[in-house]
Amino acid sequence: MNPQESALQVQGLTKRFDRLAVDALDLTVRSGEFYALVGPNGAGKTTTLRMVAGLLRPDAGSVAVFGIDALSDSVAAKQVMAWVSDEPMIYDKLTPLEYLEFVAGLWGIDPATSEPTAHHLLASLGLEPHLHERCEGFSKGMRQKVALAGALVHDPRLIILDEPLTGLDAVSARHVKGLLGDRVRSGCTVIMTTHILEVAERMADRIGVIAAGRLVAEGTLTELRQQNGHNDTSLEDLFIALVDVEAAAA
Amino acid sequence: MSSATALTWFARHEIRLARREWLAMMTGGRRKRTRAVVGLLIFAAFMHLPAYAVIGRFANLRAPLDKSSLIVMTATIFLAWALMLSQAIESVTRVFYARADLDLIMSSPARLENVFSIRIVAIALSVIAMALLFSTPFVDVLVIGGGIRWLAGFGVVVAIGLSAAAMAIAVTIVLFRLIGPSRTRLVAQILAAVIGAGFVIALQIAAILSYGTLSRFAVLTSDAAARFAPDADSIVWWPARAVLGDGEALLLLLAGGLMLLGAVMAIFAGKFADTAVRASASARPNHQGSRRKAFRSGSRQQALRRKEFVLLRRDPWLVSQTLMQLLYLVPPAVMLWRSFSDSSMAIVLITPVIVMASGQLAGGLAWLTISGEDAADLVATAPLKPSRVIRAKIEVVLIAIAAIFAPLVAALLFASPLQAVVTAAGVIIAAASATAIQLWFRVQARRSQFRRRQTSSRLATFAEAFCSIGWAATAALALAIPIAALVSGLMTTGIVAATWKLSPRRD
Repeated sequence: MNPQESALQVQGLTKRFDRLAVDALDLTVRSGEFYALVGPNGAGKTTTLRMVAGLLRPDAGSVAVFGIDALSDSVAAKQVMAWVSDEPMIYDKLTPLEYLEFVAGLWGIDPATSEPTAHHLLASLGLEPHLHERCEGFSKGMRQKVALAGALVHDPRLIILDEPLTGLDAVSARHVKGLLGDRVRSGCTVIMTTHILEVAERMADRIGVIAAGRLVAEGTLTELRQQNGHNDTSLEDLFIALVDVEAAAA
Repeated sequence: MSSATALTWFARHEIRLARREWLAMMTGGRRKRTRAVVGLLIFAAFMHLPAYAVIGRFANLRAPLDKSSLIVMTATIFLAWALMLSQAIESVTRVFYARADLDLIMSSPARLENVFSIRIVAIALSVIAMALLFSTPFVDVLVIGGGIRWLAGFGVVVAIGLSAAAMAIAVTIVLFRLIGPSRTRLVAQILAAVIGAGFVIALQIAAILSYGTLSRFAVLTSDAAARFAPDADSIVWWPARAVLGDGEALLLLLAGGLMLLGAVMAIFAGKFADTAVRASASARPNHQGSRRKAFRSGSRQQALRRKEFVLLRRDPWLVSQTLMQLLYLVPPAVMLWRSFSDSSMAIVLITPVIVMASGQLAGGLAWLTISGEDAADLVATAPLKPSRVIRAKIEVVLIAIAAIFAPLVAALLFASPLQAVVTAAGVIIAAASATAIQLWFRVQARRSQFRRRQTSSRLATFAEAFCSIGWAATAALALAIPIAALVSGLMTTGIVAATWKLSPRRD
């Protein structure tokens, strides 16, 4: 696979609620890349990703996923995508295994493939002892892990995660980060929003900083430092500097 | 803050919570509460008409009554008590499982016995308030027609409300002790449904078996009931005497209710805290799913349908809510069974009951499958056209309805083929109408919000109810006066069309 192929290409993406949430955003994520989208609360990160995932209809702009127009052929685009939100989307009355069977069925995956994958995923996330327990009694971390396993069971080429580490303990967070790292190494593309800048700093190939619905900076950590003239500062300091400049401009 | 001040403060807090819960239930959480309250008042005023139709002719009743009248009145009060008990059990279960403030309360330095005594009183007051609201049109009609002595009816409502709340708390806590917190939730909900419907159904079954009619009054006004009833001065008749204005009976009833609630508070207030702790500790129920090994193959729609069926089967709220509707099918089923040996015309009554039940049940199922989607984002991001998702969900509703009602229709086929055909058509049309209404008024909600589904759209709720009634009437008329069925059918079609026109999703 050509590593420079675009996994996601967003152009002029615009969404207005009471106010402008996403303002003619352009964004390109390369195939096989771990891309972190960071920004202050209300910056438009989640809205952007929800439009990419097909959960919100944009007012203007285009979204292409591996060259598929996600707005005109959403079914084809969804086939290669997975979405994980900060609130785990699972069913209380299903067991993790039943949930994964359902997700695999929705994506039309052959059970001969999906069943071993499901067992492997749940085991690697430490959920093996709970395979046959209903999710209603699970902690936030366990639920998030089930949701993540659901997102991975159909082997998506693009995984979009909105704050996936919120509420996870250190061990669970390590599990999730490890799994995402493995996926990227096997050629999958990951786009993730996070407030934990250390995660973006350590895991992401490139980081996009979004503020007031616009991409205000983008690049590797080194590129971001160079763009802002701070050669050995942390992402947190860079982020605050960028966001402050944007707030002052607004 | 002194202990007494703290308790007063907590009582105010409880009343505020109860008021807001009640308002949220009435308004569906919308902000235009004044409009909702005005609407409710108009509805209450309108309710005086059916109240007049039902009990207006009894306004001139005076003591002493004959035994048949005493039996009917006492049975009616007992029915009201059973319904209050049902509501109170549901309230108590909700307090144990759904209130998010138990940790806060139990970590506070307040004396838990006192705090939970107030919570018990609050439950009793909310049950009484709701009962007063529903009984007001009936008491008003009696007062207007027969004088202020009927105001004693409000006192009886308060007295039986107190005893119903006390009984509900005792039953729920005993259930906790006997079967544990996780099972109590389901059992209490089922119990609430059975108690609410059980009394009426038992009377109907007795009436069918004895007199071949669905009318429960046939049993109550029978000579046999009068023969077995106790003497006129028995304690059994106190509620009826109190309603008729007997001050002494009313005072004794109120005192009895207060004493019962006081005793429950004294015995159970301490255990209430303990029970609440156990309920919150069991927030991680260890329900085991099926241990089936192999994933099943099939289309995407099949995956959706399978998921919906599993969730419907495992939904405790649905089980309790649906059970009540299904229980109402027991009398027609008994009647059907009886009709094989007796060619009574009363069997025609089965058709509207079945059609009405199918409409109501389809409405509930449709809300759960279409609106109550806990993983809406997951389904929305699946590579499946929304129309196919909706189609799969509608299929689930219709398959469930077919599975429930097909045996009844099949049995009817042996008794009366024409009636079976009419009933089947009625079931299909009523279920389709209720499902369509839920589809047009769909919202995104969690399944656990099922008990508040009526508040998300008043229009949808009323339309669903009127359509079920309309199709039930049409089916009954089709068997008795076909030309009238045409009129009734056209009117009900008009309701469906108007609902579609007013719905937010006409696509």
